[in-house]
Amino acid sequence: MTELLDQEVAARVLSRALANGGRFAEVFAERRGGMSLAIDESRIESVQSGAEEGAGVRVVDGATTYFAHVDGLEPAELERAADEAASALRAGRTEPRPLTARPVTPVPIEVAPEDVPAARKAELLRELDQRGRAMGGEIAQLTASYAEARRVVTIANSEGLFTGDDRTRTRIGVQTVARRGDKVETGAETLGAHRGFELLENDAGLIAEQAAKKALTLLDSRPAPSGSMPVVVGGGFGGVLFHEMTGHGLEIDHIHKGASVYIGKLGEMVAQPLLNAYDDGRLPNEWGSDAIDDEGQPTQQTKVIEDGRLISYLYDHLGAEKDGVASTGNGRRESFRDLPIPRMTNTYIAPGESTPAAMIEEVKNGFYAVSFGGGQVDPATGDFVFGVSEGYLIEDGKVTAPCTGATLIGNCLDALAAIDAVGDDFFMKTGMCGKGGQKVPVGTGQGHVRVGKMTVGGTQL
Amino acid sequence: MGELPSVELSPAAARAVEATLGAGASAAEAYASRDTGREVRVHGGEVESLTAATQTGIGIRAWDGHRVGYAYGTDLSDAGVAALAARAAEMAAAADEDEFAAPPAPAEIEALSGLDSPSVAEWNAGQVAELALAVERTALAADPRVAGVETAVYADSTEQVAIASSTGIAASYEASNCFAYLQALAEGDGGRETGLGFGLARGPEDLDPEAIGAEGAERAVAMIGAGKPASRSCPVVLDPTVAASFAGLIGGALGARAVQRGRSPFAGRLGDEVASTSFALHDDGRDPAGAASAPFDGEGVPRRRTALIEGGALRTYLYDTYTANREGTSSTGSAARSGYRSLPSVSASNLIVAAGDLSTEELLAQAGDGVFVTDVAGLHSGVNPVTGVFSVGASGRTIRDGTLAEPVREFTIAGELVAMLRAVVAAGSETRWVPFGGSVQTPPLLVSELSVSGT
Repeated sequence: MTELLDQEVAARVLSRALANGGRFAEVFAERRGGMSLAIDESRIESVQSGAEEGAGVRVVDGATTYFAHVDGLEPAELERAADEAASALRAGRTEPRPLTARPVTPVPIEVAPEDVPAARKAELLRELDQRGRAMGGEIAQLTASYAEARRVVTIANSEGLFTGDDRTRTRIGVQTVARRGDKVETGAETLGAHRGFELLENDAGLIAEQAAKKALTLLDSRPAPSGSMPVVVGGGFGGVLFHEMTGHGLEIDHIHKGASVYIGKLGEMVAQPLLNAYDDGRLPNEWGSDAIDDEGQPTQQTKVIEDGRLISYLYDHLGAEKDGVASTGNGRRESFRDLPIPRMTNTYIAPGESTPAAMIEEVKNGFYAVSFGGGQVDPATGDFVFGVSEGYLIEDGKVTAPCTGATLIGNCLDALAAIDAVGDDFFMKTGMCGKGGQKVPVGTGQGHVRVGKMTVGGTQL
Repeated sequence: MGELPSVELSPAAARAVEATLGAGASAAEAYASRDTGREVRVHGGEVESLTAATQTGIGIRAWDGHRVGYAYGTDLSDAGVAALAARAAEMAAAADEDEFAAPPAPAEIEALSGLDSPSVAEWNAGQVAELALAVERTALAADPRVAGVETAVYADSTEQVAIASSTGIAASYEASNCFAYLQALAEGDGGRETGLGFGLARGPEDLDPEAIGAEGAERAVAMIGAGKPASRSCPVVLDPTVAASFAGLIGGALGARAVQRGRSPFAGRLGDEVASTSFALHDDGRDPAGAASAPFDGEGVPRRRTALIEGGALRTYLYDTYTANREGTSSTGSAARSGYRSLPSVSASNLIVAAGDLSTEELLAQAGDGVFVTDVAGLHSGVNPVTGVFSVGASGRTIRDGTLAEPVREFTIAGELVAMLRAVVAAGSETRWVPFGGSVQTPPLLVSELSVSGT
């Protein structure tokens, strides 16, 4: 394990952070770097690389957190950050506990992306470009991007923890534009994991064909319907539905601030008994997985809904301390410049027993949402939206016309309770989740899921 | 943190240009920035967190003929800059030739005053914490139905920027911005509602915590008892926060990069009627009241005021140097950066939607029966920037007989951006700066028809 700070330096920084009192102090040191490039109009462009180092120091006193961050990892700079964080406190010194190193086994990486020549990455993008365009002359535009990112972190706190992690993520994405006369449609697909370049060595070009196919399919689309109806949500990224309508509302900061519809629901039935759901930061090599969270807590599988009953919230260190429970390893931050807050890792609805075909057949008239742009929720009111990029009408139990321009909208508790079938075709997809101005990689997953009644917001009445 | 900068940015940028040429690049540009900021979050009458931070970094663009590469980092030492310079040149080697890729020539940059406020430095942490606490207190006292405040925040930042290039650009500026906002929680009718209040200024002395707190409380309380509206096509009034989000989408679609690559609903429509005459849009990178104002853009080209949509017609797109070269025109000073980490790319600066003559009451009266939309959600997933087709979550109030009636939520408004601009039948007279959709100044807008999906 690469240690960004000596244990002695970390101890000294923590000691200075608690020089004026406080019950908890932490130093989070990080070296982050990455490389990305894109192809557009069949030309490689936007080739870029970054390298940043720095540390954040926080001191917690009562209900208040004092935080300072600096660029660079020079011990003098870190001590300056500790002094800055401590400067608003006026009490006597608190002694941090002696540090004990806790070893961590990072998520395994086979081929470090930084060892792969840029030309190989460019060649991969050219393959994506060619395979996507080969899907048909109606593909008017294709852009594809490649990104690798590595974060090495060292975390020490006044409770004696000294640990670290080394994380490499790789992701590619393709966006296509199809054109037929005046009709223009778009398609997108991504592939990402907490893995190295090996992720891309097994037919990564397939996603270009998938993205092209989506745009081509939508050339025959009609405007989406409008109104309340049964909705069958596709697998994988369809898990954004659960991420928005339940995951965010279980993050303990929303609960503690009186800003979640799941307050007081622990132990209650919130869904039909067929529903089981998890947040799991340990899924092997998954996009939202890490060996430890950004407070040094080992990640874990947390069952949040068991047979329809809500059984756990998602905790960071301070939220868990307040409730007198253990952190669930959900304290995450975008970088050393941010405070950790409770965040999801990989969130998913466990596979059920229905087949997608049967779930659709049972719907007289409804909507089939296959691909999604993303979603948003206000955890306090429970209102959420969920943008559909590829959808179809269901008429007499059959999938018929493709539709564009739909957003699904609903209220968390109603929609969760209205899930009446869960498919057996489970898989995971990648996303970037924003909260409090911080973006972190999250996984979402599910098989097909049917919501008995939901508002589809299109333009056709 | 009140200390003198340990590294001067302009010399660092100049050194980086030299190092990049030394690494074999045929042309080079360096953009160095230092951002000093603080943020206070309060909850329940106490400071929840106080953050103080400085971040300094540099981004280098290297040209190898018509190939471009970019590298950025936080190490501004001689060795650090040399390593970045070499990395930028290496990145350029992986790019393909693009005949229009070239650094801009220097142009005279007119100084711009009014971009900072001494109060950012003068107000200490205790004073700005008190400002955030006053925001929260005001909201809690405004109405008995206000049950709490999820978060009240004050934040400020002072940004120093220096740019240098091998074509002879050498310029710098400093600007400060601050804002405060809260998310108030109101309870009633068995439900919980949220309301956002916010304010923006150059320094804390120009923020009004009482107004911000009162706005959050008012918005939350107004939503109590909200139901779903009936699905229909009807007149819609967009309040300034919502109009700003749409203006931001339109500004984005007017960037020449998207247009040239056929990925904008405005592509091929220069000179066409794309809006009603009630909707006029400018980009103004020099308005001292605009948070995005600066003397020059992300590649050292002077910022300016550009008419985008006027008299209903599309006047011009927004250009940076690359997209201007491609069309044989001039940059509109629209190369934006989100700090030293990002390559410059075409983007609006401050978008200004022209005010009309009607008070908000008169706009509602003209709407007759419809929906007043005060909040939208899911813009990143519900809007297709290539086609302009959108469907977004919304909440607000019913308009009945020309006045505001019961609150409504959990519905969508849907349509297409250009069709919506053509359906703007009136703009209000009361404008406001809004930090959504970028930096936007806009009045409320009356749209004659949009699809509303509720029950």
